[in-house]
Order: sequence, then structure tokens, then C-alpha cells
Amino acid sequence: MKKLINAPETVLAESLDGFAAAHADLVVLGEGRKFVRRVKSKPGKVGLISGGGSGHEPLHAGFVGYGMLDAACPGQVFTSPTPDQMMAAAEAVDTGAGLLFIVKNYEGDVMNFDMAREMDAAGRRIETVLIDDDVAVEMSTFSNGRRGVAGTLVVEKIVGAAAERGEDLAACRALGERVNKATRSMGVALTSCTVPAAGKPTFVLGEDEIEIGVGIHGEPGRRRAKLAGADALARDMVAAIVDDLGQARGEVLLFVNGFGGTPLMELYVMYHAARTRLEERGLTVIRSLVGSYVTALDMAGCSLTVSALDRDMVALWDAPVHTPGLRWGM
Amino acid sequence: MGEGGTALPRRLVPHHRTGLLSQGPSVTLVQNKNAEGGVQIDETMRRRLIEAVAETIALHAEELTAIDAAQGDGDHGLNMNRGFGAVTAKLDDIAAKPLPEAVQEVGRTLVMTVGGASGAIFGTAFMAAGKVLPEAPTRADAAAAMDAAVAAVRARGKAEFGHKTMLDVLGPVATALHGDATDLPAVAHAAAEATAGMQAVRGRASFLGERSVGGMDAGARSAALIVAAICGVVEETP
Repeated sequence: MKKLINAPETVLAESLDGFAAAHADLVVLGEGRKFVRRVKSKPGKVGLISGGGSGHEPLHAGFVGYGMLDAACPGQVFTSPTPDQMMAAAEAVDTGAGLLFIVKNYEGDVMNFDMAREMDAAGRRIETVLIDDDVAVEMSTFSNGRRGVAGTLVVEKIVGAAAERGEDLAACRALGERVNKATRSMGVALTSCTVPAAGKPTFVLGEDEIEIGVGIHGEPGRRRAKLAGADALARDMVAAIVDDLGQARGEVLLFVNGFGGTPLMELYVMYHAARTRLEERGLTVIRSLVGSYVTALDMAGCSLTVSALDRDMVALWDAPVHTPGLRWGM
Repeated sequence: MGEGGTALPRRLVPHHRTGLLSQGPSVTLVQNKNAEGGVQIDETMRRRLIEAVAETIALHAEELTAIDAAQGDGDHGLNMNRGFGAVTAKLDDIAAKPLPEAVQEVGRTLVMTVGGASGAIFGTAFMAAGKVLPEAPTRADAAAAMDAAVAAVRARGKAEFGHKTMLDVLGPVATALHGDATDLPAVAHAAAEATAGMQAVRGRASFLGERSVGGMDAGARSAALIVAAICGVVEETP
């Protein structure tokens, strides 16, 4: 294992301390490093709290700030945070308008966020939006359902803007669910990732092998395949996404997300390939995002996310945002 | 872990069987039993129970992680060890509480330190069991506590028997407690082994689909280790 760390046990604490110091104008690290919150909460605004295992940076703490999240709870690497973290975050950012938990659909995350709601003694109004945008996992009774992956960013951005605009808790939750339903993602891994505490790759891929449908923790996807060109890969991924989305025409957002170990140059190659395939299928790309935002440590590869946004969602996507990981319009 | 200097040497005194779990012929410390036949779990025994469970998890942490690496994401041993390390750090406080509160506090500590599905599920199991345990449990009380743990885990994890989870150990152990089985650790270990033949429906292993068949579930292995450690202490108390 070759990593810029001091010790596996101190990675998370040192990374959070560095993050908070680097972005002290935007965020504050809560006591005991239980959460990262905005420097200043806005009274009367619905508070957005997300969180999950660490190792996906900038998700989620990197999206704390104006126009997105109010707080994020970082768990251990690839391990959901604990209920006390969400309870402390809720206490810190609740201004009386209620709180919305944005939770990726993994059992650990769902259970721990649920327990935080149940254990909250203050009787706060808390609602939850579950994100499950990964088309790689087939819906069936033999699974926990789909995973939440890069589409989480789209939900956090759009609902964040709505909360900033003054929408109430019920409206924020309903919007989050609509954006989630309009969003599909699929990933492909070229290499494994290495969890610092494990010290060795989570899985092994041959020199010419890829995992199609990989999750953001290096979980297996649909199948293992031989490495193909970007055009062929994009064709397969776009087909899986668009077929599932059931949207034959219309305008979409295309988000090409790097997993942490792939250069931006390649992400733009994939963007070009994916955009071409989408247009061939009759879809018009009206908004784009390219970069490594929802990562899996040092995994090489990327995911494609397609969101069929309505006019209001597009306006909310365009609204100003100022966070460590995403900034425009201000 | 466990090197606080306060723990009594575990094997210095001869061990006697309490008969709480075995029901078989045993040398029983009469003063430990109440009128209903329950065994008073005193502070020394509470301490030894916690130490024994933490010890077995620490001892098997690497094995648990290896099992998990083949099925899930390879951090189960690490996370469980962090949780029971936190429990051990509070050993004096927890052992000083009466049994029901002590068991619930173990659960709360796991929930707040392990993270992931494991923390929520194992923590929930201890919290639920602690709520129904009396201070001096009989075998019937132990069975009721296991039932409560099973019910709480099913609700929290939305899991059923056969989904290849720790429930597939807790269930058979509960059944055995209601019956007259004497070797509960054997029941627990056999149940954990049996998860190898199951296809995962819950947890990250479920993403493997049919590829999940063949390996034991790490949570089931943990549950069996914990059951065995508890039985070891309860069956052999000084």
C-alpha cells in the first residue's frame, strides 16, 4: 500500500482536521469530529443533513455550505456514521424549520440514520430521502435494493437550492424523491481501491479486466469484462441507464464522475462518448458536470449519471452554490 | 485490550458450573441462585462476561475481516473490535450497573462506536436483550432475552432467517435455549457454518448474488463467537 498517510488509524481525523482548516471560511468541524457544519445556519431554513462512510470525498462534507448541505456526518472509511453523530448534527443546525436527512441506500446508513431519528429526544421534525440511483443492481427481493451513488450529488444540490429558496420540509422531501426518481447512474472500475486499514486492494482485476456496474466501495457489479474503448463502454453504460430511466426524448443533465484514480482528461473522453450516445438516442444534454465528486478512494474508473430534470429542477441546479467541493454563481 | 490492571486473573480459581445454561448435573454455587432458580450475575461476573466477549472478538478480528473480505467489504473484524474496545474502555462503569442496564449499555456503546450495519444490528440485539433480562436470569429468561434480540434485529435489519445474517445464529440459539440442548456453543458454531450454504439477501454480500454462496457470513461468525464466550463464562463461574 502506497498512500500519503501517517497511520491508517489517524487518516480520518487528520483528513477532517485538514479539511476544516482549509475551508474555515465555509465550514466548522463539530466537537469530537462528529460532523461538519456550515459556519452559519440560516434561521427558518430547512436543515439538510447527509453523511456516510468516508472515502468518497468531496462527498459529503465537501458539499456543506451555501446552497447545499447544512451538515455532514463522516463515518469511518466505507462505514456508515453512528446515530450520535447525526443527533449532534441535528442539534447543531436545527433552526426550527425541520431537518431533512439525505441518505444513500445502504443498510448501515439507513439503520443508523433511522436510529438517530428514533433516539432524538428533542422531538425534532425529521424526514428522510433515500437515494438509490445505481442501475447496476437489479431490483429484486433478493437484495436490499439499489445503491445510492453519484446521483446523491444531484439530489443534494437541487434540494439544497430549494431549501435556500425557503421551501418547507415536506416540499424539500418530495423534491428530493422526485430528483432521485429522475436520476440513474452506472459505474465501471479499471482497478480496485485500497482501504487504508486493510492495506491491500479490496478486489483484484486482471491487467485487461474491468468490473462493469461497480459500486463506490468496490462492490461487485453486473459482470467482469475485458477492457474496451471509451466509446464501447459509454454505449453499454448509457444503454443501461437510459433503458432504465424510460426516457426516450427530452433534456437531461449528464454527470461524469471520477472514482478517484482517473485523470480528468479521461473523464472528458468519457463525457464526449456518453454525450454522443445520448444524442444518438434522442436526448439533449442541457447541463453537465465532469470531475471526481463521489469517489471510492483511489479506484480508477468512472460513473455516468443521467438526470431527467424538469424546468424547476434545472433552475435549482443553476442556483448559486458555495461549498468546498462545488461552487458557482457566487 | 483488557489490560487495565483491574481485571481478576481469569483462571486462578477453580470453576464451577452454575447450571444456568447446561441444565445437566453441575456443581452449583447455591448462594448465587435465587428462589426461582435464577443465577445472580454479580459485578465480577458481569466484568468477566464483557472481557470474555471483547477478548474473543479481538482474538478473531483478523479472521472476521478475512471472512468479510470474501463476502462484504472486509472491515467487519476491525469495526467489531473498535466497538468492543470502546466497551472495554468503559468496563468499570458498565460492570457496576445491574445486569439489564449493563447489557443495554453494551448495546448502546456498540451502536455509537461500530458504525455500519454491524453496529446497528449487534447494538440493537444487546439493547433488546437487556430490556427483558432480570438481574438473576433463569434459562427461560435467557431464552426470552434471545427471542427479544431476534425480534429487534429482524425489525431493524428488515431481515429474515435464511438471509445469511447473524439472525441465522441467534434464531437457532433461541430455539436451543427453549429446548434442552446443553452445548449452546456447538449450536451457535454449527449455525454460523451453515450460513456458508446460503445466498445473501441482506448486506453488501447480497450484491454478489449467487457468488455469495460458499463463504460464511461474518456477522454470523461474530454472533457465534459472542454466544460461545458468554456461555463459557456463565457455565464456569468461580
